[in-house]
Amino acid sequence: MSAHTAVLAVRRRSGGAARRLTYLTLAAVAFFSMLPLYYSVVVASRDNAALADVPPPLIPGGNFFANVARVFDTVPFALAMLNSVIVSGAVAFAVMLFSTLAGFAFAKLRFQGRNALLLLTVGTMMVPTQLGIIPLYMLMVKLEWTGTMYALIVPALVNAFGVFFMTQYLSRALPTELLEAGRVDGCSTWGLFWHVVLPAARPAAAVLGMLTFMSVWNDYFWPLVVLTPENPTVQVALSTLASGYVNDYVLGLAGTTLGTLPLVIVFALLGKQIIGGIMQGAVKG
Amino acid sequence: MATRAPDRLAAAPPNRPAGPRRRLRRQLVHQLDVKGSPYAYVAPFFLLFSAFGLFPLAYTAWVSLHDWTLLREEQTFVGLENFRTLLADDYFWNATFNTLSIGVLSTVPQLLLAIWLAHLLNRPLRAQTFFRITLLLPNVTSVVAVVVIFSQLFGRDFGMINWVFSLVGVEGVAWTEGVLSSHFAISTMIMWRWTGYNALILLAAMQAVPRELYEAATIDGASEMTQLRKITVPMIKPTIIFVVITSTIGAMQILAEPLLFGSYLVTGGVDRQYQTLSLFIYENFTKLDFGYASAISWMMFVFIVVVAGVNYLITRRGKGGLT
Repeated sequence: MSAHTAVLAVRRRSGGAARRLTYLTLAAVAFFSMLPLYYSVVVASRDNAALADVPPPLIPGGNFFANVARVFDTVPFALAMLNSVIVSGAVAFAVMLFSTLAGFAFAKLRFQGRNALLLLTVGTMMVPTQLGIIPLYMLMVKLEWTGTMYALIVPALVNAFGVFFMTQYLSRALPTELLEAGRVDGCSTWGLFWHVVLPAARPAAAVLGMLTFMSVWNDYFWPLVVLTPENPTVQVALSTLASGYVNDYVLGLAGTTLGTLPLVIVFALLGKQIIGGIMQGAVKG
Repeated sequence: MATRAPDRLAAAPPNRPAGPRRRLRRQLVHQLDVKGSPYAYVAPFFLLFSAFGLFPLAYTAWVSLHDWTLLREEQTFVGLENFRTLLADDYFWNATFNTLSIGVLSTVPQLLLAIWLAHLLNRPLRAQTFFRITLLLPNVTSVVAVVVIFSQLFGRDFGMINWVFSLVGVEGVAWTEGVLSSHFAISTMIMWRWTGYNALILLAAMQAVPRELYEAATIDGASEMTQLRKITVPMIKPTIIFVVITSTIGAMQILAEPLLFGSYLVTGGVDRQYQTLSLFIYENFTKLDFGYASAISWMMFVFIVVVAGVNYLITRRGKGGLT
């Protein structure tokens, strides 16, 4: 106790200046984290001529909606939004469901080969699946799924990270006694899953769902490979906008703002939970 | 227990008329449920993951041994010919160099910065949540958006960064043209997107370090920098290793940044000055030369394993930390 007060005294003496420096640094980092996003809103609400100004424009102008209209004229952006919502939503739901199922089995059920299978799952988390992209593409050609959303949804229905994440959470947060009590009451395994595991898993599953939704929404390489510009996701549409022969920055950044905004809003609202989930998942990683 | 068991036996008789066969069946169903359910629950994951994750990975090896293109029906087996061509291909070594260069430029400063930021956040602060959210904001932004935004910022004529440079007398840097300048620009994008994320993961680990260690060190007069190097970094080493390895794997696969930074050139700049390995794979993919692209994939996999392994050894051995 006396040590504690001594520490406090030492801290208080040197605290003022160091504290201010800490806040200053963090404020600077916050500034640079937001600056590019802010600047893209500025550019998106101007016209191309304004970009040549010296110094560059620093506050938004009044052209945003005109530029957005140009985005919709240039690429099928409404379709892209719809596709992205469907794909991200379906994948997030499936990942939540399958990860909770497998996580429950790994965390709380006994079966032969459990440790080996869990090790395999964790091991594959480190393998970059991007390396299998060519055979995966050939598979999609065989299934005649290229150019369709099936090619994005089906291969993404499960992932090793989700299973690992839910296993970690359930082995900590789900009391084994609760499951035993359920067994004594005559619950089948499925009954246990439905009545005991699902309610307990909900907070972590929600975080996993949000993380998955965001990462699928932002996924770029695979959609670029299997989709066509006529039936794109948001990211593919954005890259079409950005790849014009003339560098039309205003158009590109108007699209970017439009495609990023929904996610940024969701994140601003639920950021605390999402960050909590990332940090929880990391502790034992 | 002793009183309960007879109770249950006593309760059994009403079921008796159904006969022992039905009881046997119920037992069997129960057995099947307990023994079989776990497999049923992990099956969706393993089936789908094998089909769309592991199988393509393994099949890449088979394709790489062929002269394989979508243009023909018949694929000829050529053995290690693709790998032989690859090792003599200047473009391949150029892409390898670019990947390593961008990887080092982006990963090393990023990790040091992330450790420092996590250290700053690891104390009672006002607006803690605000700082964490702004740190992760870049990570929520899609890679396409990041490159589009930064291409504008790094623009030669109207870019904001060149405007700032012009204030100190440096005029019109053509960021996309040089090797070093383009690598620097691309590394900046990667750092901007990932530093905050890694800082949060390191922060999570730092919060688990016992407070008493710092208090004792403060009494002994250790400066904050010494505490960071002598206490924090050694205590969170497993997490640092984790972050180093995942960043390495990520950096080895950089694709969208060089592709979009070069206005969609699969060569990564006119002189291939920033074509990475992933982009080189993609270039051959667009040429429908699947056999060659698969061979590059395998070489890249080998590189990733080697680089990740080396980084693991360095991080584990380093005593005071990364510095």
